[in-house]
Amino acid sequence: MTDVMILTDGRYGQTEPKVDAPRLKKIINGRLIRDHEIIDNDVLYICNGKILNPQDCFFSSGKLPNEIIDAEGLLIAPGFIDIQINGAFGVDFSEWREEDHIKNGLDKVSKGLLNYGCTSFLPTLISSKPELYHKVLPLIKPRKGNINQGAEILGAHLEGPFIASNQYGAHDLLNVRTAPNGFSDFVDMYGLSCSSEGNDENQNIKLITVAPDVEGVLDSIKQLIKIGITVSIVAQAEEAIKRGANCITHLFNAMQQFHHRDPGIIGMLGTNYPRPYYGIICDGIHVHPNSIKIAYDSHPRGAILITDAMEAMGLPPGDYTLGDVPVRKSGKKVEVIENGKLAGSVLTMDECVRNFKKFTGCSIVEAIEAATLHPAELLGIDNVKGTLYPGADADLVFLDDDLRIVKCFIAGIEPAEDALQKRNSIWDIKNNWAPNNYDGGV
Amino acid sequence: MRLIIRKDYDAVSEHMANYIKNRIIEFNPTPDKPFVLGLPTGSSPVGVYKNFVKYYQNEELSFKNVVTFNMDEYVGLPRDHPESYHSFMWHHLFKFVDILPQNVHILNGNAENLEEECRNFEEKMKSYGGVELFLGDGHIAFNEPGSSLSSRTRAKTLAYDTILANSRFFDYNVNKVPRMALTVGVGTVMDAREVAIIITGAHKALALAKCIEEGVNHMWTVSAIQLHSNALIVCDEDATLELHVKTVKYFKSIEHVINDLVGAENVGLQGNVKRYPTPEVTPTREAFYNLPFKK
Repeated sequence: MTDVMILTDGRYGQTEPKVDAPRLKKIINGRLIRDHEIIDNDVLYICNGKILNPQDCFFSSGKLPNEIIDAEGLLIAPGFIDIQINGAFGVDFSEWREEDHIKNGLDKVSKGLLNYGCTSFLPTLISSKPELYHKVLPLIKPRKGNINQGAEILGAHLEGPFIASNQYGAHDLLNVRTAPNGFSDFVDMYGLSCSSEGNDENQNIKLITVAPDVEGVLDSIKQLIKIGITVSIVAQAEEAIKRGANCITHLFNAMQQFHHRDPGIIGMLGTNYPRPYYGIICDGIHVHPNSIKIAYDSHPRGAILITDAMEAMGLPPGDYTLGDVPVRKSGKKVEVIENGKLAGSVLTMDECVRNFKKFTGCSIVEAIEAATLHPAELLGIDNVKGTLYPGADADLVFLDDDLRIVKCFIAGIEPAEDALQKRNSIWDIKNNWAPNNYDGGV
Repeated sequence: MRLIIRKDYDAVSEHMANYIKNRIIEFNPTPDKPFVLGLPTGSSPVGVYKNFVKYYQNEELSFKNVVTFNMDEYVGLPRDHPESYHSFMWHHLFKFVDILPQNVHILNGNAENLEEECRNFEEKMKSYGGVELFLGDGHIAFNEPGSSLSSRTRAKTLAYDTILANSRFFDYNVNKVPRMALTVGVGTVMDAREVAIIITGAHKALALAKCIEEGVNHMWTVSAIQLHSNALIVCDEDATLELHVKTVKYFKSIEHVINDLVGAENVGLQGNVKRYPTPEVTPTREAFYNLPFKK
């Protein structure tokens, strides 16, 4: 099953690819997740890390595939997109340890995430001091996925520090701030290289989580959106949504509880005007499965699956830190040592999808779309990510019917077999496990 | 003309696909001498194409040295539109098999000069030495009743009925349906060395009867095969509903004679006798004299 069947035995005539020529790959016998359904009699053409239009290849360029990959009936989905992940495999994006910690850490996480079917992600920083943002943010540059470095880095997700001081979850309260000077506070905090009216196109920040009831936040939303940052909210919502915020960060967690006369932010799922997307941490621990189902049933097109994983994801149980805060991992739970609050998760993206399907009873297509199409739509990148249409990046996941990862392709290439670890149990991972360097075999 | 009658659509598709497969294998095509096949679109050949894909996947048939010419294509429809005949052929056949892109010829409905496109199409067929087998359905592409029986590849305006019938593929909006199409002519198809027609369904019964039992008539374009030296029709029982019982029995009896009396292995694919039956089948002198009616 794990062998890739390559049928280039002359059945396709003479095709002798030069070493540098881009290889055209044809994937057959796969069940594609496309057009909101499973399509089982179509083929995928991939070249140069992009999905191509097969008819163009055949009728216009007359190119023959260099390689035919037999998916043997597996489901083929776009690679998963994780928009909230604080760290993994011993790496914490919010902590500055030594010079190359973040750089090497990004590489380690990018490669390791391919094991879980996640091909694009937003490294997430929790509420931190300005100095940390100024040092770390320039390092989290968007980077295209490739076989040598792993999953694609879409940019940074900044969760805080402009969040409510009464609902800070596992963040350090000392870092939580208000923005009395409006947008210029954002500029100063994050070290944005633009003026209050400017639009800096080289922004590494793609998503910001703010609490609209914090002073100065509501007025800044428009300017944030203008410089290309998607705004996600916790706490009071209606006004923020009207100004352009279009996502709720980890629904149910760190927000006002639902009350029937004061539904608050969770009540945004019940409005008549366009409803926001909402992130769901789907480990069954952060949110009860029934709550997930209620949210999903009320607004299925808005569900976005996130891991909110912290550095212990992929590692054995023990003591770790989340930002400045010491936490303890036991089983699948991570808690702040001091007060027992939930401190992020160790959920992997593929488990998130499986759990989501189990909890909500949705179809395979809907579960996969919550991890692919919806996050891509939120970030406005659904022309290249989260779909299998021609022109999209060739980040693919081959899944069996239980939604377990069988194969993963990043930019059209599959990592070497020996680099993929078993995924049945996180206890299989030894201490200090680090994914090997993929040797870029074509 | 050979008329093969089978039980239903699936059996018809199976027979036709198998026949074409055997023809290609017997021909043993090479890159220098490919097998030139004419292909239709529509609901009739879908079963045949499914069988082709099955044969390819079972490694019984390769399309590497098969050259195809399609019968028709809409004018003005983008090539990648889901309803174009390029898309039809791609999704039903070319996607699954090992045919070479340069061996596929489909008329280009978006060419600047349609007449030149049609002329070039005919030239291309000639350059391969003509079509070896042209598969068709009861309509012969867009050659509606009244089309000349010696017509060549040309642009045709579609009948209003056809436009209405096709609107179901274009959001039921008559304005979105193409009004013209490029089509091979009846003469073009009859120039092939063999013509094979699929006719299935009770609604085609009258057409089949007119084409076989009555004269050559441009109102029933398939009747032109009466003048072709090597024609084959495969139909299902429903399509024979308007034929004389005598006709149906006659053609069924030919199959019976070939299979049971002569032996299918003694008869070639195209009905030619390969071997005269062995002496055991012919009665000996003595056996002849012992027959009951002989005195």
